[in-house]
This record gives sequence, C-alpha cells and structure tokens, in this order.
Amino acid sequence: MIKFLRTLWKHIAGSIRDLAPIVIVIGFFQYFILQQPLDNALALAGGAILVLLGLTLFVYGLELALFPIGESLAYALARKGSVFWLLTFSFLLGFGTTVAEPALTAVANEAAKVAASAGAIENSDAARARYVLGLRITVALSVGTALLIGVLRILMGWSLPLLIISGYIMVIAMTAVAPPEIVGIAYDSGGVTTSTITVPLVAALGVGIASSLRDRNPMTDGFGLIAFASLTPMVFVMAYGSIVTWI
Amino acid sequence: MDLTGPALKTIMSTAFDVLPIVLFIFLFQVFVIRQPVRDVRRLVVGLAFTILGLGLFLVGLEQALFPLGRLMAEQLTHPDFLMRGAGMLDSHWSNYSWVYVFAFTIGFATTIAEPALLAVAMKANETSGGAIHVWGLRVAVAIGAATGVSLGCFRIIAGLPLQAFILVGYIVVVIQTIWAPRLIIPLAYDSGGVTTSTVTVPLVTALGLGLAETVPGRSPLLDGFGLVAFTCLFPIISVLAYAQLSVLRERFAGRRKMERQNRAESTSKEVI
Repeated sequence: MIKFLRTLWKHIAGSIRDLAPIVIVIGFFQYFILQQPLDNALALAGGAILVLLGLTLFVYGLELALFPIGESLAYALARKGSVFWLLTFSFLLGFGTTVAEPALTAVANEAAKVAASAGAIENSDAARARYVLGLRITVALSVGTALLIGVLRILMGWSLPLLIISGYIMVIAMTAVAPPEIVGIAYDSGGVTTSTITVPLVAALGVGIASSLRDRNPMTDGFGLIAFASLTPMVFVMAYGSIVTWI
Repeated sequence: MDLTGPALKTIMSTAFDVLPIVLFIFLFQVFVIRQPVRDVRRLVVGLAFTILGLGLFLVGLEQALFPLGRLMAEQLTHPDFLMRGAGMLDSHWSNYSWVYVFAFTIGFATTIAEPALLAVAMKANETSGGAIHVWGLRVAVAIGAATGVSLGCFRIIAGLPLQAFILVGYIVVVIQTIWAPRLIIPLAYDSGGVTTSTVTVPLVTALGLGLAETVPGRSPLLDGFGLVAFTCLFPIISVLAYAQLSVLRERFAGRRKMERQNRAESTSKEVI
C-alpha cells in the first residue's frame, strides 16, 4: 500500500512539474501585463486538478497498456515473418486512427470555408460537406501511406534523411503548383494528424519492429515513423486542393 | 460550476475515439497473429486508465485553461491593449512585443505539458538506455516550439509569405542533418509531429486566428494558418542543435582533459 502511494505520488509530482509552466505563464500575463483579475478562480483550480489527475492516469496507463500492446504486436508480426501483414497493419493503423481524428475534422471544416470563399467549390452545405469528407479521406490515406513507407524503410534499412529530404522537395514543388489559399491549411495539416493515442502506439511499433530485426538499431531505425506521418499530409492536401480547383 | 456533465461527455467521446483502434488491434490479434493475449487484465486496466486520464485531462483543459488562453490571445491582440500609450494603432511589427513574449512562453509551456511528447521522450529514454534524458529532450523540443510560435506570430503581423519561412527552415534542417550525430536524427524528425497535439494545437490556432483578425490588412482565412506548421518545424532544428551542442561540449571537454593530462605528464617529467 505504501509502495503504491509512493508510486502514485511520484507520478503526481511529475504531472505538477509538467503543468507548472502553463499556470505560471497564464498567471503572469493575467496579473502583470493585462492586469485583469481572474473571474472564476475556483473553476480554474478545479480544472487544474482534473488536468493533473488526467495526466497522471494517462502516463500510468501508457506504461500498462499502450506501450506493451504496440510492442507485442510488432514482435508478433515480425516473428510471423509476413511482410504483407506488417504493411497492411501499418497502413490500416494510420488510416483508421486519422480518419476519425477530431482535430483533423476541425481543420477540414476551416479548409472547406476557405475553398468556398475562394470560389473553388460551391458555397452550399452539401458541397462543403463533400469537400470535408474528401479532405479527411485524403489525409487519412496520406497517414496510412506514411506508416507503410516508414515500416518498409525499417525493414529495408533505407536512409531516413534521404526520404525526408525528398519529401521536403515534394512539399516545395507542390507549393508552387497548388492554389495559394490551400497552402497554409496544408502546412498545418501535417501537425494535427498525430494524436495523443496514436503517437505512443506508433512509437512502440517502430521501436518494436527495429529491435526484433537482427541488424537494425532501435534508436536509428525505430524512430522516424511520426516524421513521415507529419510530412505526407502536406503533399496530399495540396494535391487534393489542386485537383479540386483546377479540374 | 458542475464539471460532472462535461467530464462524462468528454470521457465518453475519448472512449469512442479509442474504440476503433482497440477493435482493430483485437481483430488483428485474433485473425492474423492467432495467439492468445498475455496479461489481459493488465491491458484492460491500463487502457481504462489511458482513456479516463486523457478524458479528465481534456475536460480540465477545456473547462479552465483553454478559455483563458483564448481570451488572453484575444486581449493581447486587441487594439485597446496594443494602443496603450500610443495615439493610434500602427501595424508595424515592432509594436507587438508582448505578443511575441506571450507566444514564446505559451509555446514553451504547452509543449512541456503535451502528453504525446512525454510518451515519445519516455520511449526514447528507454530505447537509448538512458543516454537521452526525458527532461532534456522535452526542454529542447519546447524551446524549438516556442521559437516557432513567436516567429510564426511575427510572420502573421509582418505579412511575410509562409512558404519562404518553411523553405528556409527545410534548408536549415538539411544542413544540420549532414553534421548531426546519426543517433539523434530520426528522433529529431519525429519531435516535430509530436509537439503539435492535444494541448498545443487549440491554443496556437486561437492565437493565430486572433492575430490575423486584429492586425490591419491581414485576413484570418489566408494569414491565420501556418502557426502549427512553424510549431512543427522548429523542434526538429532545436533537437538537432541540442545534440550537436552536446557533441561539441564533449569534444571540448575531451580536449581540455587531454591538455590537462599532457601538462600533468610534462610536470611530472620535470620533477623526475
């Protein structure tokens, strides 16, 4: 019991340290720069306690479930020796976790507004809904493709910098072609696709695959999956914007 | 204020987000791998903790910190605040110094609190056998994100093209990649995507849209976006730089140690 409480306190202390900067920044600006009193300090304190508790539980759950699941799946798939199933799994994991991502839906809705106001699509609810759905599927496809390429890279031992730099070149080339109003949203879409549940799972997957292969280093080969997942959406979204606008 | 209603709703929606992933992994386990899962109880408990934890975390943020953060982004970019002292609002970029300070500090603070970054830092620490410190990596990423957000705000205020900044950023990353220690490169590339998650994206987006609405001559639709891209790019640069600095420091320390040894040897010879 004492041991349990000590572990719990260690986790909570870690969470306090993680959240202190936000509280300090907001408090400092509120009192010294904007010089406005806080209206609902009580609600704020309640929220802060929930955040603290939530972060503590999340980290605890991470070590109990998400990391072991990702790793044991990677080991099992690698042991099975089937490249086909490993790649299918990576693609579906990327596609499935992205298509339902709430942050992506929010960005897609903004993008539809921009496209409608720029005259790329009809300014009606139906046309916007179609555009949003198309965009979400495009980004989900791009994240699926990203994980597929990333896992293939670990298996084949391809150079990560070379692949990422080719990605950068594609982003820049697409920027020159794509309609200007989509560029900002496309660049932002790279960041929003990797959610808090997906990231630990994908990190464990990469490291798991790399450490189950004999001549791969988990540090240099296991990481890099998320890098692909935040690069390909930029290219795919600009391609989507160009196709909708120019055709 | 009663938090039970929104708390339940957010936990339910988090569970709903996680459900397809769990189902998919379960199906794969049963039909493709065809092996019984070990330690099912532990996994179920852990997953419940993850969902409950993320749910509570999001409720707390949405009820308390996000509204305040958004309000502050609005207040700091509001003409009334910016015009203090000056007679009229000038859209010159140098009049917005508090915005840059706020952007830097909030970028840093939200990145430190980002659960996804914490997860990757823990994984990197474990994988590298402790060579990469959890806290060191997080601070390096946070400094990058902070620089990205404040530079992104400067871009919106000054009305400079987004593509130019991103292009220069890419060139810097490529140059750094040539000299950076190989071990850190994949992790550095990953740290960009990891930064922009649950905590950072909503606050940074609010800041960008607020700025683009207030600054004369900017349109929220065209100029309001791009801050997330900045926040995503600069951690790559800062993590690579952090690794390069530690290599340099080691090399420097190594040379000093050698000099000291040489000196010690020569003095000992003199004594003899």
